[in-house]
Amino acid sequence: MAENTAEKIHDVRLEVNGVTHAVAVPARRLLSDALRQECGLTGTHVGCEHGVCGACTVLVDGRPVRSCLMFAVTAAGSEITTVEGLAEPDGSLNPAQQAFRECHGLQCGFCTPGFLTTVTAGIKENPCPTHEEAREMVAGNLCRCTGYQNIVKAVERAAEIARGDAPAAGPPDGDDGGLEAATGDTEVARKDDASTTGLGA
Amino acid sequence: MSTKLMGEAVQRVEDDRLLRGGGQYVDDIDLGALHLAVVRSPHAHARIRSIDVDAVLDIEGVHAVWTYDDLDGAMAEPLPLLIPHPTLTHGRTQYALARDEVNYVGEAIAVVVADDRYVAEDAVGRVVVDFELLPAVVGVEAARAAENLVHDDVPGNIAARSVQQNGDAEAGIKAAPHTLSLDFDIERSACMPMEGRGVTARWDTANGRLQVWTSTQTSTGVRAAVAAKLGLDLLQVDVITPDVGGGFGVKINHPWPEELLVSLAAQRLGRPVKFTEDRREHFISSAHERAQLHHVDVGFDDEGRLLGLDVRFWHDHGAYTPYGLIVPINASTQLVGPYKTGPYRVTFDSLYTNTVIVTPYRGAGRPQGCFVMERTMDAIAAYLGKDRADVREVNLIQPDEFPYDHGLVFQDGRETIYDSGDFAAMLEKIKTLVGWDDFESYRAEMAAQGRRVGIGLAAYVEGTGAGPYEGAHVNIESSGKVKVATGLTSQGQGHQTAFAQIVADELGVPFEDVEITTGDTRRMAYAVGTFASRAAVMSGSAIHLAAKRAKEKVLRLASDALEADPEDLQIVDGVVSVKGSPGTSINLGTVAVLSNPLRYAFDEASKAATQFSVGDASKPPVAEDDEPGLEGKDFYSPIRSTFASGMHAVIVETDPDTAEITILKYAVVHDCGTVINPMIVEGQIHGGVAQGIGGALYEKMAYDESGQLLNASFMDFLMPYVTEVPDSIDIDHLETPSPLNPLGIKGAGEAGVIPGSAAIAAAIEDAEGLPITAMPISPSELFELRAQHAVATTTPEENR
Ligand code: FES
Ligand code: FES
Repeated sequence: MAENTAEKIHDVRLEVNGVTHAVAVPARRLLSDALRQECGLTGTHVGCEHGVCGACTVLVDGRPVRSCLMFAVTAAGSEITTVEGLAEPDGSLNPAQQAFRECHGLQCGFCTPGFLTTVTAGIKENPCPTHEEAREMVAGNLCRCTGYQNIVKAVERAAEIARGDAPAAGPPDGDDGGLEAATGDTEVARKDDASTTGLGA
Repeated sequence: MSTKLMGEAVQRVEDDRLLRGGGQYVDDIDLGALHLAVVRSPHAHARIRSIDVDAVLDIEGVHAVWTYDDLDGAMAEPLPLLIPHPTLTHGRTQYALARDEVNYVGEAIAVVVADDRYVAEDAVGRVVVDFELLPAVVGVEAARAAENLVHDDVPGNIAARSVQQNGDAEAGIKAAPHTLSLDFDIERSACMPMEGRGVTARWDTANGRLQVWTSTQTSTGVRAAVAAKLGLDLLQVDVITPDVGGGFGVKINHPWPEELLVSLAAQRLGRPVKFTEDRREHFISSAHERAQLHHVDVGFDDEGRLLGLDVRFWHDHGAYTPYGLIVPINASTQLVGPYKTGPYRVTFDSLYTNTVIVTPYRGAGRPQGCFVMERTMDAIAAYLGKDRADVREVNLIQPDEFPYDHGLVFQDGRETIYDSGDFAAMLEKIKTLVGWDDFESYRAEMAAQGRRVGIGLAAYVEGTGAGPYEGAHVNIESSGKVKVATGLTSQGQGHQTAFAQIVADELGVPFEDVEITTGDTRRMAYAVGTFASRAAVMSGSAIHLAAKRAKEKVLRLASDALEADPEDLQIVDGVVSVKGSPGTSINLGTVAVLSNPLRYAFDEASKAATQFSVGDASKPPVAEDDEPGLEGKDFYSPIRSTFASGMHAVIVETDPDTAEITILKYAVVHDCGTVINPMIVEGQIHGGVAQGIGGALYEKMAYDESGQLLNASFMDFLMPYVTEVPDSIDIDHLETPSPLNPLGIKGAGEAGVIPGSAAIAAAIEDAEGLPITAMPISPSELFELRAQHAVATTTPEENR
């Protein structure tokens, strides 16, 4: 007969990307696991489960947090944004996402969600990062593929797009929990990639 | 408009999905699976007296707990030795679950399957194993001393002793005017992809089929292994490689115990089962690489020209040898680099230790070989008082000497014959790129500010694109879309983009209409895998050939339909037309309809096709030498490997007080033959360089003498963040196409990492004026070296 080892289960409401998820979890369930399993939002990745790699970074009330270091029950009552919630309301990529694509800032893509959430919050807080500040912004995230060269370029490019330095022609963006700064247009900016990344053919 | 895409920095088709969190890595696949967790050995060397699992089954949510005794048939046999070799006389592999002995901390002993990972881990904690501890053998020195044995039946801890020679090295050295004896040491590191290993399996009871999703570098290999171990027919097993969060070599080894155990659990329990490795498990139960000790005897003339080279090295392959001798064979054969070595002999022992197994990590033995050769070049230059670049120059294989036969047998069993290259031009390029000739004035300038800088340079040649083959299947649908499959897997190299560029060019279709599938045995059952920088060479070539076949059929059918000579046809933007009369045309989709005599008009293309007639009314609807469908399938199997090459140069600054080492400039010249997508190639170089820097300055596996890995976390294993890599990496290209494949490709995946330790060591040595013979090197180790060097070189007078 099974021993009664069942843990106390807590009913928690998680607000993720503007949607309420009612989940039943034990107190020890990590936010990263709850997002991935209970909420089915597998864009948040787990690279270490000990708070060092940053792959699991999500935004909690707009601030980057390592979801492997937070219990799901603790996150109740906060607004959580995962990588799935970064795109603009019209479905287009946000400035950080656009910039990572333009600059080839990702290879396997496993670390990428953590970088995108970090940079999305980072350029909101500091819309005009210097080169040093751009490096600093991603200095807590590990990537094993890219050697960070294009990630730093992408941070600078993301800030540029968010400031609207890129020629604008796209639809105005709506409110997305205040996470994105002003958008420039994305189409024109994308064509620009060779010159902005220095990787032209 | 169809411009050639080959050579263009086309943006990746993979990215949109990955940027939105839409990637499907193995742990993301939601089948409502049970979770498997593994009881691992806490000891490096022990006999298992007994295992008590009674406390586990009482836990609510636990479905099964198995030890070796629960395995039968082939599952109870040792894991396969994937790559046997005649000199691997004492190869040993582990069991999926340890039978009676464990040989490294982390070896799998038992598994628990439970409702979720939390419960499974609780249960793992309740399994009680009674061990009899045995002395652990840790490190090359202990393995060589062989006071204790890892495996009782392997004398001297020696799995293999290999000797290769090309001429009489001993005589060459003896006759040389100058000789040096040198020792070099490289420590352990590991691939450390951000995504660890993972596997999910589902058994379909009704149909007797097993589907396995695994984070691997070889779907076909895993499929064959799972089928053999579970006693299934190959056609009962599908292996699908979803998105993979980096590999760098560790995921080419297979089958991992967990790949088999998850499959077995799914079959036994009739429920989907998954295993997702955590980071500590990745450190202690996947694979490492790099540890080798080397001794070099070299003879040379007044110019530094090599007259004889004799290298002996000892390779630490950990507790077992599932992947054979690939790493030390690469090290021994690729050591020669771009040089004419004169008579060369290389001898290695591959040794057992009670540590995690060693399988290829990006570079796979080449970084060690390069380190030894390049440090030797620097030592010769120092001895002769010559410029280090000049000593290299006199030894280079010249452009008119290709194909160049080193007289050695490479890891693929074929000759080490370089296909093409231009090493002299490359040396010039790297000197220019890094500012080699102007460095002394820079050094003086920095010295005036109290700063200490040094410059170093290293060259490599990398055998890439090893066989035996890869294949591709191209299928043009009636929508005009082109669906392409190749069997090897992707781990972030942008294959879907690069391969689509090849197809779009060959077929004359829009890039957007091409869809590439990799690593799915349902789509391509014959494949080898992604390693040895071979994907672009092997699958790129196969895809090119398959697209060519599809094109031939397109032109044949179109010429019939358009009543024109195939020679007069062209395909532009997915439309076949008669050159010079664009009105006479037919869409590829319509040709696809015509290729199938069974013509139900379901779609527009089918309706459009009714205006054309093809085929010979006197023959059957599908002619004897034909088949329905607009497809092309082909395999590419080269006679031997291609050889890419490159040179790196580095400027470092060392802090006179703290011995902190900072990279000020990193320059790369590389030649990977024809470049498909320069953006992707440069990305590969960036990533490789960062791993090279990690290996040179930060990363090592800190085992204590009892075989505990002390730094098995990202907290303690120092993998570079952005703060550890230079602000820019200067890259220059050289393209000497390979004559061995239709596109001239050589492969670029691993190159970036190979000369890192060699070049950085050279730069530190140049800055410090003391020999650097062991890597990685930390500031405290450099500090210690300075102190030793000061003692060793201080004369009594100075000591006063
Ligand atoms: S998974 Fe949370 S920081 Fe690595
Ligand atoms: S893109 Fe692979 S880990 Fe960053």
